[in-house]
Amino acid sequence: MKVPVSWLRQYVDLPADLSTVDLAARLTAFDLKLEEIVSSGISGPLVVGRVLNLVKEEQKNGKTINWCRVDVGAHNDPSVPDAPGEDVPSRGIVCGAHNFVEGDLVVVSLPGTVLPALGFEISARKTYGHVSDGMICSSAELGLPGDASGIIVLEPGSAAPGDDAIALLGLGEEVLDLEVNPDRAYALSLRGVARDAAIAFGVPFHDPADVEAETVATAGPGAYPVQVQDPTACPVFAALTVTGVDPSAVTPPWLAQRIELAGMRSISLAVDVTNYVMLELGFPIHGYDRSLLKGPLVVRRASDGEKLTTLDGVTRTLTAEDAVVTDDRGPVGLGGVMGGEEVEMTSTTTDVVIEAAVWTAPMIARTARTQRLTSEAAKRNERGVDPTLPAHAARRVADLLVEHGGGTLEDGLTLIGEAPVPADIVLRADLSARVTGVDIDTIAAVEALEANGCAVEVDHDWLTVTPPPWRPDLTDPYDVVEDVLRVVGYDQVPSVIPVAPAGRGLSVAQKLRRRAGNILAGEGLVEVKTFPFAGPADWDRMGLPADDVRRRQVLLENPLSAEEPGLTTTLLSGLLRSLVLNIGRGHADVHITETGRVFLPQAVEAEAPIYGVDRRPTVEELDAFAAVLPHQPYHVGLVMSGERVRSGWAGAGRPVTWADAVAVVRHLATALHVDIEVEAADQAPWHPGRCAAIVLDGVTIGHAGELHPRVLKAYGLPPRVVAAEVDLDALIAASPAVGPRPDFSAYPVAKEDLALVVDVSAAAGPLATTLASSSPLIESARLFDVYTGEQVAEGKKSLAFALRLRAPDRTLTDEDIKGAREAAVSAAASQHGATLRT
Amino acid sequence: MSAPNSSYDPVEVTPLRSDEIDRMRDEALAAIAAAVTLDDLKQVRIDHVGDRSPIALANREIGALQPQARKEAGQRVGQARGAINQALAARTAELEEAEEQQALVTEAVDVTLPWDVQPIGARHPVTTLSEHIADIFVAMGWEIAEGPEVEAEWLNFDALNLGPDHPARTMQDTFWVTPERAAMVLRTHTSPVQARTMLTRTPPIYVACPGRVFRTDELDATHSPVFHQVEGLAIDEGLSMAHLKGTLDHFAQAIYGDGMTTRFRPSYFPFTEPSAEMDLLCYVCHNEPDAVAACRTCKGEGWVEWGGCGVVNPRVLIACGIDPERYSGFAFGIGIDRTITSRYDIADLRDLFDGDIRFTEPFGVEL
Ligand SMILES: [Zn+2]
Repeated sequence: MKVPVSWLRQYVDLPADLSTVDLAARLTAFDLKLEEIVSSGISGPLVVGRVLNLVKEEQKNGKTINWCRVDVGAHNDPSVPDAPGEDVPSRGIVCGAHNFVEGDLVVVSLPGTVLPALGFEISARKTYGHVSDGMICSSAELGLPGDASGIIVLEPGSAAPGDDAIALLGLGEEVLDLEVNPDRAYALSLRGVARDAAIAFGVPFHDPADVEAETVATAGPGAYPVQVQDPTACPVFAALTVTGVDPSAVTPPWLAQRIELAGMRSISLAVDVTNYVMLELGFPIHGYDRSLLKGPLVVRRASDGEKLTTLDGVTRTLTAEDAVVTDDRGPVGLGGVMGGEEVEMTSTTTDVVIEAAVWTAPMIARTARTQRLTSEAAKRNERGVDPTLPAHAARRVADLLVEHGGGTLEDGLTLIGEAPVPADIVLRADLSARVTGVDIDTIAAVEALEANGCAVEVDHDWLTVTPPPWRPDLTDPYDVVEDVLRVVGYDQVPSVIPVAPAGRGLSVAQKLRRRAGNILAGEGLVEVKTFPFAGPADWDRMGLPADDVRRRQVLLENPLSAEEPGLTTTLLSGLLRSLVLNIGRGHADVHITETGRVFLPQAVEAEAPIYGVDRRPTVEELDAFAAVLPHQPYHVGLVMSGERVRSGWAGAGRPVTWADAVAVVRHLATALHVDIEVEAADQAPWHPGRCAAIVLDGVTIGHAGELHPRVLKAYGLPPRVVAAEVDLDALIAASPAVGPRPDFSAYPVAKEDLALVVDVSAAAGPLATTLASSSPLIESARLFDVYTGEQVAEGKKSLAFALRLRAPDRTLTDEDIKGAREAAVSAAASQHGATLRT
Repeated sequence: MSAPNSSYDPVEVTPLRSDEIDRMRDEALAAIAAAVTLDDLKQVRIDHVGDRSPIALANREIGALQPQARKEAGQRVGQARGAINQALAARTAELEEAEEQQALVTEAVDVTLPWDVQPIGARHPVTTLSEHIADIFVAMGWEIAEGPEVEAEWLNFDALNLGPDHPARTMQDTFWVTPERAAMVLRTHTSPVQARTMLTRTPPIYVACPGRVFRTDELDATHSPVFHQVEGLAIDEGLSMAHLKGTLDHFAQAIYGDGMTTRFRPSYFPFTEPSAEMDLLCYVCHNEPDAVAACRTCKGEGWVEWGGCGVVNPRVLIACGIDPERYSGFAFGIGIDRTITSRYDIADLRDLFDGDIRFTEPFGVEL
């Protein structure tokens, strides 16, 4: 809400020396937050001057300048000798514009004037062979709208030389731009802001709605016929008619200036006065051109599908929830939101029907929302207006039209309905003190409420509060507390630390997510945060098959980008985008990770329930949410490019390989004490021959390996980028409360090497597992060499394992060792078809 | 020195003559002193005390002597050998020390060479600040609550006193899940986690809820459709706005250091009544008279906006099944991303989310 300070001061006796900054600071502390103070920033001496004489002088550069003597009244300087007409008190000024003549009234910035549009202070300076003792100003130089090609020439007789042009042009006005909270309907008016200022400063308030208007009989012949068919939509409807308004009458400059300073455009007298009264009282008014109306106005709900073209030119399809004003042809206005195009006031309108009606606030909010239409009227009506104002507001508009447009107020006020009476609020007298922690006694609470305009009755420990009509937001005891506190002062709230009962600390999942984060950082991965939006373009780049479950995503009604119509099902969509960005910015070795949720829709689409708010939903009702919301597990994703071990002075490094991706996942699982298995897999976007499935208790919970070359090409990435993604929730769920106990023997170790020949396609991992479990004496089996070549048969490879053997209770004998070795060989043979390499 | 023996004709054995043995000893000692490497010394040992050395050969002659002379000769040879071995040991130690010194000098490296072959990773400040905040509240006995990011409309709005026609609902530019009748949204705040906590637990409740939230703002230097906040909720008997202030002052001090405080201004949130905007004492100038005017962080205000807060609206308690006659509570929320951008003077919010590794790296593993 933009509040011109001079307008505000009309209604509240603020101290004359109160600065605008201090005014704004107090209002901010009271409840109206200052966004900014808007002002022209111009400081004088900016004065009116009369051009006494004007000598045109042609310059060497071809330009012609005017060497003028300008009478600036009290600011004249008699000591400039070289000007024409030096006998007359005046100032000599050089001016390059040519749209003025001798005798014209102009605006002169004298030395010392600051014009923000120019960025410097005006001073007397030598130019074109003269000392120019000031500057004749154009609109642009003063930051005003208008023709910038010449200087400002004032209406003859509108001012006298030496007059202060800052006041004359309204350049000294300061405007408070205040943020108005959605509950503060009244503050969308000068009346409301002035009242708050009066309370905040404890000074008298002059209510612009208190002015005694000459009453108009409700039964006069000029009363326009109105029927309100649905009083639940429109409890009060007032109308007045003004005829014979001069269509050529212009808005008085002071009024136009006020509404423009308040952020609205001056359009025509009739429109301007309705806006002026809306700003003044916070009560939206609508004016109809009476000559365009056909028959009585009727207020009713729209029928579903009914059409109306509003005066913004949009044809709208209405529902039975919307209220309309109709005449014989059908809807001519969307009640309380915007008028219809067909009956709009125009530049030829002479007879005006003024509508001032109270509309049901939630209905307006719904209409504004469903029609996506925010008007100044809707903004006020959806928050709730003062319902006692309609007749007064209509009369205020009528009077202004009569005064400035030469119209005649027709005899007869249409007034239907009565202002609803606000409900009393009953609360304990000590509630304010209990809720705020401030020592507020009953007397202080009552005083504060009365200052806010409430009527209060005290009955022992109870208060009965009757809110004033302009405060539809005051309905609950706690609302009352807030009104008490803003008068007492929010700065009075003391600081007391509450003592919570002993807590259980972080949950297991929270601790393990932290652990996972630290492990990933220790692996050299840099965490990024990407947006979880993705779509078919991502799936296509990633090469996901048409029937891939990851293509089934949670879609959004209003995504920011059509490319990303919903939420992602894989962290790789964001990570690959980040990788592209990093490589594009010149990084080569990029190892990034993200931990975040992915969004997996339920198998069957369903709707989330909406319950009432008068009680807690039952356990079953709450469970219904979980059944329909998408599954949203935390995943860990990572991508790595370039070198894993960087090349440098110490020698060549090592590029990342598929195994690095698998290793990180293995380390993560180990850190969480979870046993995972790694199996060969073929899953986009990975390389079909270099993709590992991460398996936990027989369930695949992720994949790791090198990305498919085609995917890398689609992203424009270098070759051999590796990636992994794993379900962190699954790992955390499998993490035992207590980790494994240490279990080792102090007896000597025996080492045996075993070279086994298997098919080239055989997996080494399971073979190692088999060896390790083939005898209780085998402590570990570690693969140390993979060989294919001349020394083994075609289609075979040799896997060499180092076995470590140890017994828990004795030193191994040769027989022990031989037995364990044979057990290993035979298990490898029976389970993997392996033969001992000879 | 033995007395002259007259009982037999002494046979003169040349090598065992005392001057001969002294000569052998002196030659050996000279050779030892002349050795400059351990290899030299090895050769000296072979030449002078080895099996075929003169002194070993001399030793073998002792048996040829008269029994009376053997003892004396044996002593003489033994003394000479002792002297040589002692000298050998001493010289060995000397040379070993010298060779080690030499080796250490030769093996010296340039320790300033960079070792950057496998740099450590780093964690995103949104993560680590969220954890830091969680720790602050856990230390006060609070717990950390979480909830889904795709949330039921009822939990994101209705339960929080934001009915369908509430003007504030349209102020929160909401992402709606398709189809709209599914009544699901991307949560616009972490408040539904508070609702979930109240719906499933009984007071006393003290929880903080950090998390990712969504609004349909286009991404620019100061807005992001995805951002992070932490909200707190306390429900107990006898809680007032004073406890809210105490909690926030403590929170501010835990993050920004001693002497920090907060300031309340009236505001409006449907979830709370009374509601307040919370300002934080400027952590750069501390609103000190000689510093505040020139302060860029608070633009001369002495305070910076930090979040919103208030007393939990009894309507919310009722919707969540908590008796407002018995219990009261407070709630607050601050922006995590904004706390990071203001604290680290980051001009462009987009830096947090575009994934450039150079943004995360300086933050290390913990804040
Ligand atoms: Zn500051």
